[in-house]
Amino acid sequence: MKRLMYLAPLAVFLVIAGYFAVGLKLNPRDLPSVLIDQKVESFALKPIKGYDRGFSSEDLKGQVSLVNFWGSWCVACLAEHPMLMKIAEQKLVPLYGIDWREKDPDAGPQWLKRRGDPYTLIGDDPESKAAIAFGVYGAPESFIVDQRGTIRYKHTGVIDEGNWASTLWPLIQELRKQ
Amino acid sequence: MIAETGHFALVLALMVALVQATVPMIGAHRGNALMMAMDKPSSYSQVLLVAFAFGCLTYSHVTSDFSVLNVVQNSHSKMPMLYKVSAVWGNHEGSLLLWVLILSLFGSAVALFGGNLPPTLRARVLGVQAMIAVGFYLFMLLTSNPFLRQFPIPLDGKEMNPLLQDPGLAFHPPFLYLGYVGFSMAFSFAIAALIEGRVDAAWARWVRPWTLAAWTFLTIGVALGSWWAYYELGWGGWWFWDPVENASFMPWLAGTALLHSAIVVEKRDTMKAWTIFLAILAFSLSLLGTFLVRSGVLTSVHAFATDPERGVFILMLLLIVIGGSLVLFAIRAPALKSTGVFKPISREGGLLLNNLVMSTGAAVVLLGTLYPLFLDAVGGGKVSVGPPFFNSVFIPLMLPMLFAMGFGPVLAWKRTDMVEAAKRLKLAFIATGLVLAAMLAIAFDGPFMGIVGITIATWVFMATAVELAERIKLFSAPRQALSRLLRQQRASWGMTLAHMGLAIAIAGMAGAGGWKVEKIQTMVPGQSVNLAGYDFKFMGARRAQGPNYTIVEGTFQVSEDGNPVVTLHPEKRNYPVRQMPTTEAAIHTLFMGDLYAVIGDPEGSEGGFVTRLYYNPLIAWMWFGAFVMVFGSVISISDRRYRVGAPKGHASGKQVGAKA
Repeated sequence: MKRLMYLAPLAVFLVIAGYFAVGLKLNPRDLPSVLIDQKVESFALKPIKGYDRGFSSEDLKGQVSLVNFWGSWCVACLAEHPMLMKIAEQKLVPLYGIDWREKDPDAGPQWLKRRGDPYTLIGDDPESKAAIAFGVYGAPESFIVDQRGTIRYKHTGVIDEGNWASTLWPLIQELRKQ
Repeated sequence: MIAETGHFALVLALMVALVQATVPMIGAHRGNALMMAMDKPSSYSQVLLVAFAFGCLTYSHVTSDFSVLNVVQNSHSKMPMLYKVSAVWGNHEGSLLLWVLILSLFGSAVALFGGNLPPTLRARVLGVQAMIAVGFYLFMLLTSNPFLRQFPIPLDGKEMNPLLQDPGLAFHPPFLYLGYVGFSMAFSFAIAALIEGRVDAAWARWVRPWTLAAWTFLTIGVALGSWWAYYELGWGGWWFWDPVENASFMPWLAGTALLHSAIVVEKRDTMKAWTIFLAILAFSLSLLGTFLVRSGVLTSVHAFATDPERGVFILMLLLIVIGGSLVLFAIRAPALKSTGVFKPISREGGLLLNNLVMSTGAAVVLLGTLYPLFLDAVGGGKVSVGPPFFNSVFIPLMLPMLFAMGFGPVLAWKRTDMVEAAKRLKLAFIATGLVLAAMLAIAFDGPFMGIVGITIATWVFMATAVELAERIKLFSAPRQALSRLLRQQRASWGMTLAHMGLAIAIAGMAGAGGWKVEKIQTMVPGQSVNLAGYDFKFMGARRAQGPNYTIVEGTFQVSEDGNPVVTLHPEKRNYPVRQMPTTEAAIHTLFMGDLYAVIGDPEGSEGGFVTRLYYNPLIAWMWFGAFVMVFGSVISISDRRYRVGAPKGHASGKQVGAKA
C-alpha cells in the first residue's frame, strides 16, 4: 500500500504527458467557428472607392465561392496576395473580397491598384458588418460558402500553395458535386 | 565563420557532456576515483564551450550580421544596443542557448565550490547535470540551431517583438532561467541521493544554498515579469494568470515548499522522501514551463515559437527526465528511513502545512493552466481559464496558510503547546485587531478581499516582528537585546526578512486588487479628470521620433487640491518594421499608491485623445516586498553553515566523516 503512494506521482505525470501528446496534434490556430454550417446572415456592402459594384449575401447564391477578408493595414494579407492572384488567374472559384476595417477609403483601392485585384466583387466593410456575420477574428480569414449560402469552412491565416492543395481546393470540388 | 565556430563549439559541448554523463557515474558505481575525477574538467570545458558559443551568437547580433537567420528574424540595425544584446535571448533558439549556458555555469560552480562534497555524490550530481545538458544540446542541434545561415542576405532584419524591447524585459529571461535552471541543482542532488540511497542532514545542508539561490533568482524573475506587465501592457494590471506567468509561478511554489522541507531534513532527519519529491517537482515544473512556452500546446500572448516538431522533442525529453526520475523515486524512495518523529502541532507540523498548501497551490495552478488542453484533447471545445477561477480557488487556499505562517516560527520542534504559542504572539493579535478596526471604521463598506488581505498581511508582519522581538528578549531583558539582535544567525535573519517581505507584498496585492480606481475617457487639451482625489489635467500630445519607432507623447499635470504633484508623460510608440504599437505608461509612485496614465488613439477633431487613468493603491509595496524577500534570501545564503567551501562546522564535520 505504501509503495503505491510512491507510484502516484508517476501515474499523475503519465496522465498529463498523455494529454500533452494528444495536445500536440491539435492545432492551436484552429479556431472553431460557431457559424460553421449556418446560413450567412444577409448583408449588403457598398463598393469601395472607384468601384461601381459592392458585394452582398445575394451574390453568394447558386455557386460555391470563396470569401476573403483583408485590409490594406494587414501585413499577412500582403503575403497571401500572390496566391489569391494565382487562384483568380486560373478562374478556379469565384473569389469575393471584403475590405475590412479600412480607416482611409482610398487605402484599399490603392493597395489593389499597386498589386493587382484578384477579386470578382469587393465590398467595403469599415464597420465590421459582414465580419460579424461571418464571425471573423482577424485578417486574413477566408470562408468557403456553398450553393445555398451556407458557411462550410473557415480558414484562419494565409492561404498558401500547401493548404490550398491539401484542404481548400479539394473541399470546393467536393461541394460542387452536391 | 563566427557562426560556424559557435555551432562547432556547441557540438563539442555535446560530446563533453556525453562523457560527463557516463564516465563519472560509472566511476562512482565502481568506486574508481580516476573516473569520478573526470567530472571537474568536463564541467569546466562545458562551460567554456557553451560560453564561447553564446559569445559567437552575441557577436552576430551586436554586429547585425544578417547572414545569420536568427539575427534576421529577431534584430534590426536600428535597434538600440541594449536590445541588440537582449535579442540574443529574446527568441526560441537563443533562449535555449542561454538555458544551457546557465546549466553549465551551475555545473561548474558545483565543481568549483563542491570541495567538501563526498566524491561519489559530486560525481553523480554532475553526471545527472550532464544528462540534462545532453538532452538540451540535442534539442538545439536537431531542432533549434541558432547558427543557421540565411542566403541571400537580406538588407535588414525583422526586428525583435517591440513588446520585448524594454529594459525590464531585457533582464527578465536571464533571471527566470537562473531560477528554472537553478532547480536543476536540487534535482541532480535528489537523483544522486536516490542512487546512493541516503539522505541526511549534510545532504540537506548542501542542497539548501543551491535551492535558495534558484529561489532568489526565480523571485526576481517573476517580480520583473509582473512589473513589466504592469507598465508595458498599459492596463494597470500586474498579474493575468496567463499560462506563461503560471509556468513561472508553479516552480516558485514548489521551490518555496522545497526550501522549507529541506530545513526539516536538516534539523530533524525526517520528511526525506517528501523533500526528494519536491526537488523533482520543482525542476519538473520548470521543464514543464519551458515545454508550455515553447511547444505551442497552449497558446498565449507569450508563445512566440509554436512548432509541433519541437513540441514532440520536448515531450520526449520530459518523459525521460521527469518520468525517469519518478520511476527512480518510486523504486528507491520507500527505503529512505526517517528517525525524527513529531506531533501535528510543532515546527515540523507547521512546515508540513506550508508544504501541503504550497504544493496544492501549485497543483491548482497546474490544473487551471492545463484544463483548456485537457478539454480540447477529449474534444470538449476551446475554453480559456481566467482570473475568476484562480482568484476564487488560489486565494482562499493561501489564507489559512498565511494565518499559520505567523505561528510557524514560534513553534518548537517536535511538539508545542498551542496556547503557549498564541500567548507569545499576544501583541501581534492586538496590532492586527487594531488595524482591522481602523479599516472598518474608515471604510466599512470597503472591498471584502482588500480588507481581508490587509488584515492577513498585518498579522504576518506583526507576528514575524513579535517573534524576532521575543527571540532577542526585547521585552524581558531589553539591555542585551541589541547585542542579541546582532548575534542572530544569518539564516534566521533571512527567515524574518523573507516573511516580512511576503507580508509587505501581500499588502500591496490587496491594496491594488481592492481599491484600484480607473477612468477611461476621451480628453481634449485643457480638460481635467478627478481620480482618487488627484486632478489629471491633459495638456495635449506631441509627436517625436525614437531610434526605431515614432512616438506620440501626452502630457498630464497632476495636482492635489491645487498643489502640483507631478507631470506625467505617457507614450504610445509605433514600431514601423513590425507595424506594432506599444504603450509606455507614465507612473509616479507615491507611498500610498501609484498615479498611472496611458495615452491611446486620437479621437475627434479637437486634438482629443483616448486616455486611461489609474490610481493603484499600495501597488509598489508588492515589488518592494519581493525585494525584501530576495534580500532575506541572499542573507540566508551567506550563512556560514551553508558557506560553500568553508571549513566544516562541528555538526556537518561528523556527517561528512561518517559518509566518506
